[in-house]
Amino acid sequence: MIRLDVRPVPSLRMSVLSPLIALAVTVAAGGVLFLALGKDPVRVLSMFLVEPFHGVRALTELGLKCTPLILCALGLGLCFRSNVWNIGAEGQFLMGAIAGGGLALWVTTASVALSPWAFFPLVVTAGAAGGAAWAAIVALLRDRFNANEILVSLMLVYVADLFLSWLVFGPWKDPRGFNFPQTVQFAAATEIPRFVRGMRLHWGFAFALVAAVLMWLFMFRTHRGIQLQIGGPAPAAARYAGFSSRSAVWTTLLVSGGLAGVAGAFEVAGPMGQLTPHVASGYGFTAIIVAFVGRLHPLGAVLASVVLSAFVIGGQLAQSRVGLPASVSGVFQGILLLALLGCDTLIHHRLRLVRWTWRTAP
Amino acid sequence: MTAPRLELRHVTKRYGDVVANDDVALAVAPGEIHAILGENGAGKSTLMKIVYGAVAPDAGELLWDGAPADIRSPHDARALGIAMVFQHFSLFDSLTVAENVWLGLSRTVSLREVVEGIRGKAAEYGLDLDPHRPVHVLSVGERQRVEIVRALLANPRLLILDEPTAVLTPQAADKLFETLRKLAATGCSILYISHKLHEIVALCHQCTVLRGGRVVASCDPARESTASLSRLMIGAEPPRLERRPASAGAIALSTRELTLESHDRFGVALEDVSLDVRAGEIVGIAGVSGNGQQELLAALSGEDPRADAGAIQLFGQPIGRVGAAARRKRGLHFVPEERLGRGAVPALSLANNMLLTRKEALRAFGWIDRAALRDQASGVLRRYWVKAAGPSAAARSLSGGNLQKYIVGRELDAVPKVLVVAQPTWGVDVGAASQIRAELVALRDAGCAVLVVSEELEELFALADRLHVIAKGRLSPSIPTAEATVEQIGEWMSGLWAGGPGQAAALAGGSP
Repeated sequence: MIRLDVRPVPSLRMSVLSPLIALAVTVAAGGVLFLALGKDPVRVLSMFLVEPFHGVRALTELGLKCTPLILCALGLGLCFRSNVWNIGAEGQFLMGAIAGGGLALWVTTASVALSPWAFFPLVVTAGAAGGAAWAAIVALLRDRFNANEILVSLMLVYVADLFLSWLVFGPWKDPRGFNFPQTVQFAAATEIPRFVRGMRLHWGFAFALVAAVLMWLFMFRTHRGIQLQIGGPAPAAARYAGFSSRSAVWTTLLVSGGLAGVAGAFEVAGPMGQLTPHVASGYGFTAIIVAFVGRLHPLGAVLASVVLSAFVIGGQLAQSRVGLPASVSGVFQGILLLALLGCDTLIHHRLRLVRWTWRTAP
Repeated sequence: MTAPRLELRHVTKRYGDVVANDDVALAVAPGEIHAILGENGAGKSTLMKIVYGAVAPDAGELLWDGAPADIRSPHDARALGIAMVFQHFSLFDSLTVAENVWLGLSRTVSLREVVEGIRGKAAEYGLDLDPHRPVHVLSVGERQRVEIVRALLANPRLLILDEPTAVLTPQAADKLFETLRKLAATGCSILYISHKLHEIVALCHQCTVLRGGRVVASCDPARESTASLSRLMIGAEPPRLERRPASAGAIALSTRELTLESHDRFGVALEDVSLDVRAGEIVGIAGVSGNGQQELLAALSGEDPRADAGAIQLFGQPIGRVGAAARRKRGLHFVPEERLGRGAVPALSLANNMLLTRKEALRAFGWIDRAALRDQASGVLRRYWVKAAGPSAAARSLSGGNLQKYIVGRELDAVPKVLVVAQPTWGVDVGAASQIRAELVALRDAGCAVLVVSEELEELFALADRLHVIAKGRLSPSIPTAEATVEQIGEWMSGLWAGGPGQAAALAGGSP
């Protein structure tokens, strides 16, 4: 029989080893899964674990996928640490995309003379404003009416999605687009500057990395950051200290909404170049997994986004090359999350094999 | 001669480099009340956890009724008839008293039977307890009653109590002693962990003294004095509290007919509470837990800013609706009753826990000067003799007494103008308790207004210049401590002062 014993002190060794064990478990379980689906497990696993990292182009694509995941997960980590359960990053992402896309559309149609570098700060501001405004609705309802932020933020995702559909089917539709529900292609001036010509990776990636470092400094090196993190695990201590829980709700939601919004703006002004009904690609939801896999730590979010992006890319490869269903990629992500949470138990607990003995009743 | 109910031989337990128990031997006879005496960190709790199967010893053996027993889990211990009341309560806040008790019982018992069982045991042992109240509204003292009743329901053959009287009135403690004597007379053995010497002398048949994890003495407490026991425990005479009479100055903190409905229906509403605390004096508030202390403290600290603005005044300014941080800025500091989760955040380091109430290490834009913060925390650790791995140790890694020293130290170190303290020495050993008291008196002498809310009368008599009693949300008039007697304060605790809630009930024909 196996027993779990509480460790007197959390194991440092295990906190390093646990993600590696989780990865090993995921690879093993995935291998069995692919074998059961009649595919060569080594080949499919290499699509998930090797090919996304193989070559410069693959790496830049990986960075491109990481960018929105990092930005969304940073804000979510802050929210979750202060017990604000914002699961509507997808909606805030969409509103950021709409705001950033709307700005790009205006620049395009009004033929405003701008350089991409001048447009960059504008589109960041617009995206942040769009996402933050959407999250502000959640904050307002929670603060004023004590509405459950989980429900409100989730439902606002669908509102945002439908709003986007209305825009691209209606007022913002490209008049010369053969009636396709999409805006015109944005002018070149609105494109997020790229690192290298010919690669899709843009400077938004650098923005995300800088944001991660700033978030880390904010969370662990400033009084406000510490305050926000106390409200979650120890609300009585936060009350005792006099930290306002209302302001924590507002701050975390506005910050995370803003970051998700910037991610959305980068996506439409970067690789997409126009608004379509298909801007929503699940980044906001995947970012929840990223935030938790990264242990709600800003730098953890960067690492976790790399793993999850590789899984997304690997899933696409497996789908196009060996005809594996797209949902398998999701299953694979799920296995990773489950294994990681399971292995985290080992940080605070110890497995002990106990010999089964029959004892006489007293 | 019958075999001892419980015997320990050569029990040793190490945590890393720390030896918590070193070759400990112990024997408890059936029906014996056996004291385990020792300072914080002497290894009492670890030893009891070993007996209870919560911790596995590295070496040694355990005999039950003379036969070797293999206790590998609390489940095994309960099967043998061992029950334990922990110092840290293991209750679920969101459940009621009865549901909490029910959780630990076998599935064949219905909730209704549990409710009846609780009522029965509570009546039998004179413990006032409503089985339907949710645990989160109970005070520490009331929670402890839940634990005691829960243990009694198992009809134990060995009951382990970890500092059970810490929050009881003298009358209630006497009642508990009666309970324990009754229980012992039925043949149940009792292991009584405490550092309250007079209790051990009054109650226990046998006493084992631990110091630094070793047994330093085994004696009959009836033949010892508190002084000799204390010498055995700390290896030296406890420092005496020296005090000069107070020279009270201007009113610093006051309440004027403070009336406040409780947050929840099981709480206690405050009614017409009027109170003055002057600079340079210590005012004590006595009372049985659950009579409005929590509500009064929350209203004074600013955690509950619902009072009428003018009902609470700090240096003549109305602060009833001012938040906790703003009150602290004006010089009002507060030490709460709950250490973990309120006075300190369990998962945060001691250094970061400074930031709950202290801002000296903050720079522009709230930037934390980490070196300054660590220095500040280290200073508190050093000055208040806190045993901790260092400023980066998590708050939850400290023992209860050490964390209390840290929190009290943190607030004293701020040199407040007004200090409100709840249970300043709860669970703290004799040496540290007298040190904390001496610091409080020193703070008073430096002109600070100090309000102590405590359920330990001994402490209030030692500390306070004037005493109030709180009962059913109402506050008695104050009486100079020099003129007060334990009997009178004990009566007041039942609301029996002129115009008090007990008096009104008596006049109305109800039972006092």
